[in-house]
Amino acid sequence: MNSLIHSSLVTALARLLIFPGLLFAVPAAWFFLWVERKAVARMQGRIGPPFMQPFFDLVKLLGKSTPPRSGVSGAMMKAWPLIAVSAAAGAVGLLPVLPARGGFEGDLILLLALLEVPSMCMIAAGFSSRSIFGEIGSAREAVLSVSYNIVFLLAILSIAAAQHTLSLSALALLPPSLMRSLGIAAILICLPAKLHLNPFSLPNAEQEIYSGPLTEYAGPELALWELSHGLEWVAATGLVATLLAPPVAMWWVGALIFVAISFVIVLLLSIVAAATARLQIDTAVRFYWQCTLIFAVLAIASTLFARWRA
Amino acid sequence: MKLWDKLMCTCRRRSPWLFHLNTGSCNGCDIELVAAMTPRYDAEQLGVRLEGSPRHADILVVTGPVTHNSLEAIKTVYGQVYGPKAVVAIGSCPATTNVFIDSRTLDGPLNKHIPVDVFVPGCPPRPDAILQGVAKAAEILAARGNNLPVEPVVMPLVGPGCGGACACGNVTQSVESNAAESGAGHE
Repeated sequence: MNSLIHSSLVTALARLLIFPGLLFAVPAAWFFLWVERKAVARMQGRIGPPFMQPFFDLVKLLGKSTPPRSGVSGAMMKAWPLIAVSAAAGAVGLLPVLPARGGFEGDLILLLALLEVPSMCMIAAGFSSRSIFGEIGSAREAVLSVSYNIVFLLAILSIAAAQHTLSLSALALLPPSLMRSLGIAAILICLPAKLHLNPFSLPNAEQEIYSGPLTEYAGPELALWELSHGLEWVAATGLVATLLAPPVAMWWVGALIFVAISFVIVLLLSIVAAATARLQIDTAVRFYWQCTLIFAVLAIASTLFARWRA
Repeated sequence: MKLWDKLMCTCRRRSPWLFHLNTGSCNGCDIELVAAMTPRYDAEQLGVRLEGSPRHADILVVTGPVTHNSLEAIKTVYGQVYGPKAVVAIGSCPATTNVFIDSRTLDGPLNKHIPVDVFVPGCPPRPDAILQGVAKAAEILAARGNNLPVEPVVMPLVGPGCGGACACGNVTQSVESNAAESGAGHE
């Protein structure tokens, strides 16, 4: 019994720190940030940034000085990016890329909660910065997150209810079905808003409200925000990849498929971002409440109907 | 430790983020600066990003002849950029106050108020000259870190009207001779 606890602790740590945790996730985050910028540049007929650009940006930001912060709001401003990065790293660590090892009943709920933490931190950071642009950005982020999260959670709930499980590795092992693809489509529609991409790049709308909640951040703190954004990319695309990937016997083939699907989703989202312009906040909210909610309700209704028939 | 310094130097050189500050410019240089971000010149290849907040920037790009009204803003924004930072003065206005010299509404030139690293001459300078200036500033920034600039660098004039000061002098001459040959010269 003791050795069992010991080994599960070791696998949990390995998942958090090595694969799919930090050691894999940080380079993957850089790579995805680069793919996003490069894809947008190619869509605009530009050449775009060099491959190492996100890495250069991060190291450069680490070497800059930070504004002096004092008092409670200063301490909170220092804490928000740290919490955001740790939550995003934890979310990546939960992804069942190696289904046979680790995972527990209910880790889906934990993953959803951790995925929500960076956005909450950003809202709080904008308000504690006391900058008018930060406050506008935070208010937009809050409104947007209320809108897309209903759809996002309903879609995931429909998938979980159809399979009678709240365990990620069990969900990953099941074969894809029609009902699941409806739910995945609804999740994909929510991802641009979750990752602050066009046409839902409202909270960090550049040229409009400067950098939104991050306006007052500089140096290493900004580097942490960039990192948490990258990790959010990995976690969000990884969640979809987990649901989409067919179960395979060999673990390294599974890991490769996982990375490939994530890459395709990043490319898809970047192309949509480059091809669209930013919506107004009321249009964006109406889009989720009026157009997309139907998808999610349809998915969950059909699931419940199927469960009732069975 | 030495390796880390070397890495930091490379990263500072490869990732200059700009903040654009207009100190009463006629908008000519501002348009050229935006042109440097467009697909034709694509400053992002150099790692350049035009940031909305001065807190995020490394290089302060200043246009305009420094009016009395903008003086406080210049000092505030210069303080809001966290070090190591560099300043690039775009166009002839911040360097010499240009045609507005001796105007009672001006308090130029710029290096009376904040230390300038690179001057990019021209009225307005071409986008490629601006890019060259920004790249030079990034290089200087990487080399000197948090120290203050010693001596501002004046970039060579680039493009038509430079009087053969740059390599493209031949190009403009041949264009002019072509135009003269076809009988469609300047009026």
